[in-house]
Amino acid sequence: MSAGGIIPRKTFQDAAHETLSNAQMRRNLQHATTTIRDKRLRAVSELPDWEELRTQGAAVKDHALAHLGDYLLDLEAAVQRAGGQVHWARDAAEAREIIGSIAEGHGVREVIKVKSITTDEIELNGGLSERGIHAIETDLAELIVQLAEDRPSHILVPAIHRNRAEIRDLFRRKLGADLLTDEPKQLADAARLYLREKFLSTKVAVSGANFAIAESGTVCVVESEGNGRMCVTMPEVLISVMGIEKVLPTWQDVAVFLQLLPRSSTAERMNPYNSFWSGVREGDGPQEFHLVLLDNGRTDVLADEVGRQTLRCIRCSACLNVCPVYERAGGHAYGSVYPGPIGAILTPQLLHLEDKNANTLPWASSLCGACYDACPVKINIPEVLLYLRGKITEEKPLNAEAIAFRTAAWVMSEPHRFEGAIKLARTGQGPLVKQGAIHTLPGMLGGWTDTRDLPPLAAQSFREWWRKRPAPPTRETDGDAQLSEGELLGPQRTDDRGPV
Amino acid sequence: MQIDLFITCLNDAMFPRTGEATVKLLERLGHTVRFNAAQTCCGQMHFNSGYQEDALKLVRHFVETFRDAEAIVAPSGSCVGMVRDLYPRAAEWAGDEALLEEVNALTPRVFELSEFLVKELGVEDVGAYYPHRVTYHQTCHAMRILRVGDAPLRLLKNVRGLRLVELPDVDQCCGFGGTFSVKNAETSTAMLADKVQSVLSTRAEACTAGDNSCLMHIGGGLSRLQAGTRTVHLAEILASTEQEVFA
Ligand code: SF4
Repeated sequence: MSAGGIIPRKTFQDAAHETLSNAQMRRNLQHATTTIRDKRLRAVSELPDWEELRTQGAAVKDHALAHLGDYLLDLEAAVQRAGGQVHWARDAAEAREIIGSIAEGHGVREVIKVKSITTDEIELNGGLSERGIHAIETDLAELIVQLAEDRPSHILVPAIHRNRAEIRDLFRRKLGADLLTDEPKQLADAARLYLREKFLSTKVAVSGANFAIAESGTVCVVESEGNGRMCVTMPEVLISVMGIEKVLPTWQDVAVFLQLLPRSSTAERMNPYNSFWSGVREGDGPQEFHLVLLDNGRTDVLADEVGRQTLRCIRCSACLNVCPVYERAGGHAYGSVYPGPIGAILTPQLLHLEDKNANTLPWASSLCGACYDACPVKINIPEVLLYLRGKITEEKPLNAEAIAFRTAAWVMSEPHRFEGAIKLARTGQGPLVKQGAIHTLPGMLGGWTDTRDLPPLAAQSFREWWRKRPAPPTRETDGDAQLSEGELLGPQRTDDRGPV
Repeated sequence: MQIDLFITCLNDAMFPRTGEATVKLLERLGHTVRFNAAQTCCGQMHFNSGYQEDALKLVRHFVETFRDAEAIVAPSGSCVGMVRDLYPRAAEWAGDEALLEEVNALTPRVFELSEFLVKELGVEDVGAYYPHRVTYHQTCHAMRILRVGDAPLRLLKNVRGLRLVELPDVDQCCGFGGTFSVKNAETSTAMLADKVQSVLSTRAEACTAGDNSCLMHIGGGLSRLQAGTRTVHLAEILASTEQEVFA
């Protein structure tokens, strides 16, 4: 299976059907997300000004997005001044072409990669291998995914769905590692041995980017393992690819995100490695630097007033870790390199709401709101989900579901119709009710009764009860009894102006 | 105080006891309850399922029905969440400025029952009696949209005879999510399974919440397992006294 891309091959429902039955994966996921969730809460509660930081983060991003064109041009000019080259890629194919031909131009058969979610978005590995170039993932989790010929299932911990024993077996098989146990240190050492050799011998590196600073033309990668640092300093040629929304105006702005990002993602106070580079410097680091600015649907997202906030995302993955749907269905159910709540709004938008499978993603949420609470840049994910549901539904041809909803709205916009419908349904449900509950329902509603019972409609609706209810006694002040104001007013029925 | 009851369509048709309890409770506290029978449904189901134009009809209907109300109280966190949080969105997205203005004038007067009691009326002891072991499920919309905080717990702690037991993973969604429970039935069921486990682990006789939609979901799972634990709306516990048992 090729790693990456953003076009789901199945609907969320179908993909989730497969992943939900993988008990091992669910256990791994539940364990991992619960752990990160708790750690994040602790890391966040240490900062008394967390809420202000979130507000500031959102504001900085909104400002940058509102003037995106200007900041991108500033960035381009600054990178060029520093001796780098800037390339603009309209879509994934253009980006693959640009990166592929640079690598080919250097006659290499291998490139090393780090921070590769954007490169996964453009399916770079496949593009390179068509040119006979093998891309080697250097991020430990990405490496695991690559060796297992699997797809990443989390944006921060791509191998979150695997446990240590599975990884040990993989390393034994693919790296020929001589592993006795699945101790983390042993696993890390085995990977390190393999990667060191690659860092020292590979001429071209491809990286993603967390931020780019317009004023100085600086690109930034933050990480925990140090592999990124190796990638951006050791090779002769460095190609960085980033979505156009990653640009920030100034160095000061970065300060906000260097606080928000690590606490939200790995629950660390600071990332162990923060690498910043501007262009090239003779005799120090890569001697050739290319920055690929990727659109791939982003300008369309930017043009949408409600959807735009999606582009604030700094890919911290906090929303994934708190999402009850992601926790059960897993990353693969989303069919895109962007899983979880952010994926559910980003993927369909990047595909212009034209992909049938991606368009099922906005419904992959119970709207519990945990993602919005966790998001360090305050993306109102539930709001965007609802907005997208509306847009997608609007475009659909009239079907049975739409007719049902339309009818329901018609019924419910008039109380007497509503009451009539209740009475009708009460009669209709008769044969379905067994021992006081409904155990099977026909059609789409069967999805409920496959696993859950449903209480029947009440024998008497509330409004029927209200109508029959004896008017609460109007109390009279009998002599010296002192009544409170409430008692004087008394419980009383007023304004029962229903038409039936 | 004159209070307009918004019963919600689900309670009206399926859980009238919750409505009766809400009326009894508010009257016991000395308030006048009005039931405007023109009311129907808040439109949440339509809006959340993507049928925004249809939802808009119900938004307009709600606004017309309750325009003159002093305080509108509903025993449902999610329906109140719809009104307070999403009515403005619905009006905005439809580009209906006049409706937006009306909505903004109305929403500050719409309350969920527990927040109304604790935050608006300042009542924490409603004089209830309910001699059972109870666990409380924090519904998502009450918790994250309305921010009712510990209002329901404060009320429960003052119920005589009631033994409150903490629900593990109390902030986790039960997996209902309206049409989500049908459209993504398998994922929803996986979420419910964990919630039911948590409820059963408390060995409570009853699981309560401020929303019958979530309780219908949890209750549906418990019923399928034929587990002894019941679900009961918070209003019914609060309305219960030594003389009159509601739940
Ligand atoms: S949407 Fe927010 S929480 Fe989710 S990955 Fe992006 S920044 Fe993080």
